[in-house]
Amino acid sequence: MIEIKDIFKTFGENEVLKGISATFQTGKNNLIIGGSGSGKTTLLKCIVGLHEPTKGEVFFDDENFTTMDFTQRVPIRTQIGMLFQNSALFDSMTVEENILFPLNLFTNQSQSEKLDRANFCLERVNLTGKNKLYPSELSGGMKKRVGIARAISMQPKYLFVDEPNSGLDPQTSILIDDLINELTDEYKITTVIVTHDMNSVMGIGDHIVFLHQGKKWWEGSNKEIAHTDNKELNDFVFASKFMQAAKSKL
Amino acid sequence: MFDSLGKYVLLLSLSFRRPEKFKVYWAEVMREMVSVGIGSLGIISIISVFIGAATTIQVAFQLSSPLVPLSIAGKIARDSTILEFSPTISSLVLAGRVGSSIASQIGTMRVTEQIDALEIMGVNAPGYLIAPKIIAGVTMVPLLIIVSITLGITGGYIACLASGDITPADYIAGVHDGFDGLTIRVALVKAVVFGFIIASICAYQGFYTSGGALEVGQSATKGVVYSCVMILFADLVITRIML
Repeated sequence: MIEIKDIFKTFGENEVLKGISATFQTGKNNLIIGGSGSGKTTLLKCIVGLHEPTKGEVFFDDENFTTMDFTQRVPIRTQIGMLFQNSALFDSMTVEENILFPLNLFTNQSQSEKLDRANFCLERVNLTGKNKLYPSELSGGMKKRVGIARAISMQPKYLFVDEPNSGLDPQTSILIDDLINELTDEYKITTVIVTHDMNSVMGIGDHIVFLHQGKKWWEGSNKEIAHTDNKELNDFVFASKFMQAAKSKL
Repeated sequence: MFDSLGKYVLLLSLSFRRPEKFKVYWAEVMREMVSVGIGSLGIISIISVFIGAATTIQVAFQLSSPLVPLSIAGKIARDSTILEFSPTISSLVLAGRVGSSIASQIGTMRVTEQIDALEIMGVNAPGYLIAPKIIAGVTMVPLLIIVSITLGITGGYIACLASGDITPADYIAGVHDGFDGLTIRVALVKAVVFGFIIASICAYQGFYTSGGALEVGQSATKGVVYSCVMILFADLVITRIML
């Protein structure tokens, strides 16, 4: 479980996050949604420690992550997997080397055990046999899947995903969503996903936090989102004619 | 300026933290040594031979007096090559070749979130990315400078053979005449300092890149320019202190 308490983040004069609190449950897909510039990615980066919050606290299973220094954070960080918007694969390394990288640094497994783990992760994301390819030889969807394989290589307790569907076609997007959903359920991971993809919201949104103007505007599940009378949320979710038509049929 | 200096010192202190796993870092150091050392050998060899040859011809031209023995040209060419041309000119060239590569490599990793990925995993990103490059810089640049000195003096010999301005025998006599080991020590101290300057300044510029492809290019340019200025400044300071 991850708990954030009263998170503020300011860049110069610009206050991006204004006191956000939420709890992200284990084994659930926790989605952070909101329009562009609403502070979704900033909040995600504050949670994982890439940005330090101006004020507020982040707890990973009751451990206060905010007050820890770099060395104290390492044990928690080895339990974190993250899929970046552009996958952030190490482009000088092959697919296999990307997956082996955290295993080489943080485990004492033998080479064959590490290779077995890498192959298992690749099999899990349906990329068996792609070990020796470089990121530049992969499609966008394959890069995302390698990113997921790398993120789960250390058997993380927490999975963070930034815009998993950006730049992907609808079919591949659903594939990635389903994969994240399966992994979350199978390994009981606390998954936090930043997205503005409505298919993801409706498909895998167990718990949704809607941000607007740097504040938490609404919180609920994908079942509740269609029936809310929150104007800003409705304007965001049902912005397209397709979604408006879908809502009228609900 | 003080803000940048503080960030630079802080980044260097982070770079030399205890590594997570020595074996992984050692592999990275070896990779960087090959990249800096073997990768630069060609360009350093070419410029050293030509600079050595040109220096010898110019010195011979300036000393065209019957009162000055021609062997003195070999001596001046030798000391100029050891003290100035090989360490300084080679390092300026290395700042362009190695420095721009370091800044653009780290800068690209920054803008494509690869450095964020390292930090999320719990890896000390400055230690993993910068320390191996600095170690490669301070070890391989002196070796390249030794090669450069050797080839520079050889270039002078080739110039004697080709031009006939000085006889090869006079040149060799001059090269042997009054050799002082201090000149080699000065050249090696310069090489170590210049190697550190190139790797650390360019890595700093790359590490704090923000934006996209344009900013990566700007970081590489800044890295090379600042390295060149600092090399020339350090050259003056070391020469003043040691000679």
